[in-house]
Amino acid sequence: MTEHTDLLIIGAGPAGMAAALAAAASGARIVLLDDNPLPGGQIWRDGPQAALPRQAREQREALLRMSTIHLYNSTRVIACAGAKQLLVENDERGWTLTYDRLILCTGARELLLPFPGWTLPGVTGAGGLQALIKGGMPVAGERVVIAGSGPLLLASAATARHNGAQIVRIAEQAALGAVAGFAAHLPRWPHKWLQSFSLFDARYRTATQVVAALGHERLEGVRLQHQGKTVELACDRLACGFGLIPNTQLGQALGYALDGQALAVDAWQRSTRDDHYAAGECTGFGGSELALVEGAIAGHAAVGARQAAQALWPRRARWQGFARTLNRAFALNPTLKQLPRADTLVCRCEDVAYADLVGHRDWREAKLATRCGMGACQGRVCGGAVAHLFGWQTPAPRPPFSPARIDTLLCLDETPPA
Amino acid sequence: MTHGRVADVIVIGAGIVGAACAQALARRGQRVLVLDAGLHGATAAGMGHLLVLDDNPAELALTQHSLQRWREHGPHLPDGCAYRSNGTLWLAANPEEMAVAQTKYDTLQAHGVACELIGSSALREREPALREGLEGGLLITGDGILYAPATARWMLDTPGIEQRRARVVEVDGSRVRLADGHWLSADAVVLANGIQATELCPELPIEPKKGHLLITDRYPGTVTHTLVELGYVTSAHTATGPSTACNIQPRPTGQLFIGASRQFGTTDPAVEGWMLAKMLKRATEYMPGLAQLNGIRAWTGFRAASPDGMPLVGEHPQRKGVWLAVGHEGLGVTTAPGTADVLMAQMFNEASPLRAAPYLPERFAGGLAHA
Amino acid sequence: MPELMLNGQPLRVAPGTSVAAALRLGGDGSSRTSVSGQRRAPLCGMGICQECRVTIDGRRRLACQTLCQDGMHVETQP
Repeated sequence: MTEHTDLLIIGAGPAGMAAALAAAASGARIVLLDDNPLPGGQIWRDGPQAALPRQAREQREALLRMSTIHLYNSTRVIACAGAKQLLVENDERGWTLTYDRLILCTGARELLLPFPGWTLPGVTGAGGLQALIKGGMPVAGERVVIAGSGPLLLASAATARHNGAQIVRIAEQAALGAVAGFAAHLPRWPHKWLQSFSLFDARYRTATQVVAALGHERLEGVRLQHQGKTVELACDRLACGFGLIPNTQLGQALGYALDGQALAVDAWQRSTRDDHYAAGECTGFGGSELALVEGAIAGHAAVGARQAAQALWPRRARWQGFARTLNRAFALNPTLKQLPRADTLVCRCEDVAYADLVGHRDWREAKLATRCGMGACQGRVCGGAVAHLFGWQTPAPRPPFSPARIDTLLCLDETPPA
Repeated sequence: MTHGRVADVIVIGAGIVGAACAQALARRGQRVLVLDAGLHGATAAGMGHLLVLDDNPAELALTQHSLQRWREHGPHLPDGCAYRSNGTLWLAANPEEMAVAQTKYDTLQAHGVACELIGSSALREREPALREGLEGGLLITGDGILYAPATARWMLDTPGIEQRRARVVEVDGSRVRLADGHWLSADAVVLANGIQATELCPELPIEPKKGHLLITDRYPGTVTHTLVELGYVTSAHTATGPSTACNIQPRPTGQLFIGASRQFGTTDPAVEGWMLAKMLKRATEYMPGLAQLNGIRAWTGFRAASPDGMPLVGEHPQRKGVWLAVGHEGLGVTTAPGTADVLMAQMFNEASPLRAAPYLPERFAGGLAHA
Repeated sequence: MPELMLNGQPLRVAPGTSVAAALRLGGDGSSRTSVSGQRRAPLCGMGICQECRVTIDGRRRLACQTLCQDGMHVETQP
């Protein structure tokens, strides 16, 4: 069963929603596809313990009002099924979608670096903890340590605190000088959780790295290090993430060029492939405001509304400035490469330890020898880790782009190409 | 330019066949240099199925002998080689295929291969995930599985073997020229580099035969034996067009490994959706519940196929000093130790455990004369 | 308030609660056992890491990307 749409947008976070709303003016048939149960991406993730900002609610309501926008939640892209044709699946069935134009708004995921004890129940990503709490996970009365790097640590702490957790420590690996430079710019940026950030908060420590998560069956404490001194803190949760990596896998599979770690786009948010666009975090980290304006530009451009797209370039430039400031401030310390011990697992799907990976020439050789990256996450978690630890690049993915029911794969046409 | 004598024997190709040959050479005191271009061929992609196959007497002899050698290796293989003796269960979908099963049973029994004919209801008892209505099957109990990349590494980790990452661009008797221009020489060169063999010896009748594979998430206990449809026997070696056959292997991890497909005339490694769908459809016809399981990875590999389905093992009739161990099609892992034995016997003029004639390269003498 | 069965026990949750949250509301939060025998729980919360794979109404699915529904049967992996 094949469905056709004029415009296909993958990812219903700020970028995808903005793209859909911008493109809707043209009257084109738009399919907006997202693998989460509700639209909003990560930053606007909804749930029983989420506090959705007004703007997020308004975007979503506007989306739902447009009869030309068809929102498919819990839907994953599985394979390219032909020219401008994708195989997708949701929790019930699989089917193919053909499109005239595509905008990828696949966002970013956390960089999760391995350290001793990171596989213990109780350890999550920083954004991971925030997402889980929004979905209803109880943290009231729990002692939480937040660690790693980036403004996401603050957002995560705010959500945890708001839901009754006791924040014991926020351990930022970047140095005070770098973070202070960023904080000095904060009044320019409107996010509430950024405004509540204070360098004089006794719980926020810079130049502090996680050394180990401690515990037997589950997390019981954390060992942190600051300027050579080690401290151990008892806690119930450790939320640790080291910034964001763009989700470029689908783009790479579709032939998009890369610009560093992100998908490459021009001023129109267009990739190197005709009729294929990208916007938001997958084109480089910059926060929700940048994602919104990039998405709008892509949406206008994809339906030929060039003037409307161009009118947004100055706004995009402003938010790109913010992104640059951010990335400079939270650059990762090279000492993080020494986080794992010999027996620290790097591949969590196949339980492959750091010592087994050291000394291999490249990702492919390591994969064959150890099975690292052959598990269900398809190298998304360990791939980020080994890129950071060894500089290994992961190749463009093969289908299925996500674990998929074999039933879904049977939807691919069995006719060989002519 | 170095004209260095670097070893007693140079082996080109660190896949399972090259590794087995290198190990056999090293174990008899030869200094071996294994050169590999890092392309990760069939050994990296294949199913690692160890099976006795009796399409013809030569195939039966080679696979049976090799399976015995694997059993000898078994206790020495490290855990990462995931060696298991879980048997192959050939599936008969109808009375015609059951008759084929009966013939196989008779032949194998006559050769001392442990096997058992299984009727319809016993089949479902042994493998409850199989669909109702199959006619029965043939269980070959001594068959097994292993993880070939780790096994090749284990074989190469033998005293006397040196490994080097290098691409050979020319073979001239028992000397080879590398991509960087250096010549290396030895007493003999063993060519064990699968479909790349024709880059060095274009006269070899080796064709790449593409295969697709898919592996599922972990579902332990779903399947016990490696399940192969008897239709495989007819389709595998005789088809010229694309073909698929049901082949479901339970990995020790609890994952299900699904094959098998065959296509000629392409060296494009991309996963082709139409072929994947065709192959999976065939598998679900034998195991309907497969449709509800999650596939997590799909990939392709290229088997090195010879015109008669038997490998080329022996000295190249026109290139003295070049010894061939190529063209194993889908039986490279199974027949690696047997290939090594047959090759050693020829290289060192000793009694061979098997009649060498069916595998000798000169059986294609007409074609090989254009070296 | 949807009521689901988690490892054979009934659990009532707020509407829109994820199955990942339900694992904690109705248990210790763990989802599966790793290859080397370690107990695991959701890590990334957003459908990437695959640690939260559980069985939902007979199929292997991600707990963090699935909302609890009335009558749903959830089994963590042993």
